[in-house]
Amino acid sequence: MEPTIGLLLALSFLVSLLALTFLIWAVSSRQMAFNQAQARTIFVAGEEGHADNPGISPNADDDTHHFDPARAGIDAISARPVTILLTTAVLWLVVGSIFGLTASLKLHWPDWLGDEAWLTFGRVRTIHLNIVIYGWSSLGLLGVVFWVAPRMFHTRLRHPHLAEVGALIWNLALLAAVFALATGWTDGEEWLEIPWQIDMLLAVASACFVLPLLRTAAARNVHHIYVTGWYWMAAICWFPVLFVIANLPGLFVGAQQATVNWWFAHNVLGLWLTPLGVGAGYYFIPKIIGKPIYSYSLSLLGFWALALFYSQVGIHHLIGGPVPTWVVTLSIVHSVMMFVPVITVAINQHVTVAQNMWAFKQSIALRFVSLGAICYTLASFQGSIEALRSINTVVHFTQYTVGHAHLGAYTFLSFTLFGAVYHMMPRITGCSWPWPRLIPVHFWLVVIGFTVYFVALSIGGIYQGLAMLDATRPFADSVILLKPYLESRSVGGALMTLGHFVFAAHFAAILLQRRPAAVSSAPMTQPVVAA
Amino acid sequence: MNRILPLSILALAILALATLMLVVVPGMQINAQPATPGLQPYTAIQLRGRQTYVSMGCVYCHSQQPRSTDQGPDGERGWGRPAIASDYAYDSPHLLGTMRTGPDLSNIGARLPNQAWHLAHLYQPRSVSAWSIMPAYSFLFEVKERAAPGDVVVRIPNGRGPKHGVLVAKPEAIDLVAYLQSLDRTMVAPAHAERDDGYAKSER
Repeated sequence: MEPTIGLLLALSFLVSLLALTFLIWAVSSRQMAFNQAQARTIFVAGEEGHADNPGISPNADDDTHHFDPARAGIDAISARPVTILLTTAVLWLVVGSIFGLTASLKLHWPDWLGDEAWLTFGRVRTIHLNIVIYGWSSLGLLGVVFWVAPRMFHTRLRHPHLAEVGALIWNLALLAAVFALATGWTDGEEWLEIPWQIDMLLAVASACFVLPLLRTAAARNVHHIYVTGWYWMAAICWFPVLFVIANLPGLFVGAQQATVNWWFAHNVLGLWLTPLGVGAGYYFIPKIIGKPIYSYSLSLLGFWALALFYSQVGIHHLIGGPVPTWVVTLSIVHSVMMFVPVITVAINQHVTVAQNMWAFKQSIALRFVSLGAICYTLASFQGSIEALRSINTVVHFTQYTVGHAHLGAYTFLSFTLFGAVYHMMPRITGCSWPWPRLIPVHFWLVVIGFTVYFVALSIGGIYQGLAMLDATRPFADSVILLKPYLESRSVGGALMTLGHFVFAAHFAAILLQRRPAAVSSAPMTQPVVAA
Repeated sequence: MNRILPLSILALAILALATLMLVVVPGMQINAQPATPGLQPYTAIQLRGRQTYVSMGCVYCHSQQPRSTDQGPDGERGWGRPAIASDYAYDSPHLLGTMRTGPDLSNIGARLPNQAWHLAHLYQPRSVSAWSIMPAYSFLFEVKERAAPGDVVVRIPNGRGPKHGVLVAKPEAIDLVAYLQSLDRTMVAPAHAERDDGYAKSER
């Protein structure tokens, strides 16, 4: 143990020195000089102070849609890659939901659809996870990135074709992955099931997204990089590195492989999907309300704290397991430290909304995004508490963690995405949503569905954990008591799936409807030149 | 922050630090330990069975990592002594698992060595445990008019078997059971083994 402690001390010293150097550089070059004016870079002149809530109702006052010819030129270039990314994401959402619901039903109807290997629970569940993470969430959020980034940087998207190629390869790879998993070809680790041969294709695709974002940022027509940009640029650099290291074949074995597994699995959430989602919240909330976020300087702390703490939480999945004590404790400490970035984001996002409740009532897009942000806060608090040893002993191996995973990966990311799509599509297509009354239907289906889902699994999971810890009760008790909760989860999941069908149908309708002449001839004034 | 390059470099440096702490250093410690004395490498048949275990996704409901008695009653349930890193020296992919919808299987071979029990349980879990919600793996079996020489005939209790003919286990089922039977980590753990001792009750 001694050499390890010495090594860790030396390492901490070195890292602190490096961090101090960086801090001195940052202070001396005024990287940390922050003011609220910089929070206004997301607006174009005349936009601040007006709610931005387009295309939800055909009768809406047109004044709420501020028209800026330069930005129309920017939007026209992003529209194609973004449409490809969002459309395929929505398709994956529908397919992924069906697989998820099937897996849920199979847990309490174990003999339903039981005669085919590809329909066995272990495969259906895996296909569900990979589709919703890599299909729906990743592609959808990339669609948001390539729509918002050029607007935020006030310049057109660079290399739009490269982003399209990336989207194409990503989708083909994911399709191949689904067939591989269905036939039982898997790498076999949670979150890393996709065979590494196909992963290499996904890695190439993810690399295709790096250049368009970074080049667009480099060519920006504003001095300041808005907070959303930090999250997104960091995420787009992190993902290819993470993904390639974790999928290197033959390098890791046994217990070490388990640490690599959870280093990756929690970082794909913490350093990929979370920054994409938090960044989206940082853009859409002030943009829809028409006012800058509450405290811009706080966002800097939130960003670096997320990077530092979230990157080391992964081993809390191995608490009580066959890995060194110190690495488990390290991850628990970092999990608790996650309160810092989460609270800063919560202050910024929720206070901005709370001060403008009129917008929350008026804009359903804001309602989705803001609820997603609230669920990020809740899921993160829950995750920090779940990592405590005493709590973890009860809930670790139970359905409670499935509820927690969906509070984060579903409500946070998906609600943010739903709101973003409702906000963006009228701009991308130039049309209003054809059936605005379907939007609240979608909203309430997923909200009620998820509430049932989450409450059932959280309560059932705690009872399951307590039963397993009670040596006087047979293991069978923990299975038998769970059944009604699993059935309730299926009811909730069915409502969510229904909501997704409504959403997907509406998405198809706005995409396919004929554009009204007035909008399709929207002025394509002078192309925006690079800075 | 208005600079892209420092942002990207610092972001990647933080990821490198996390990789060092969660991947490299624990890896060095774990790899410094030889396989637990008495732990056997898998045979070719057991490895084929393990592959079936992996491809069916058994890991999503069954862990293979008994916790210490200071943390929970895993030992009292017969799941085995606390898992140590060197128990997994031959495991790739690792199958530690994160869920106990079903019981821990680290030592299932020592606990339930009977091939006939496993085959019947795989064909229809509810024929042996009425309360089970485990999927039936009936597609790993076939129904024949009569058994050929060398066929492993499976008898299913409680009338849950096929109505006609004899039920024969396919090679995948036989290999899978061979893997399950091989799961035996009951050998004594060496002193100074690597595991999470964070729950250990102080002896002083």
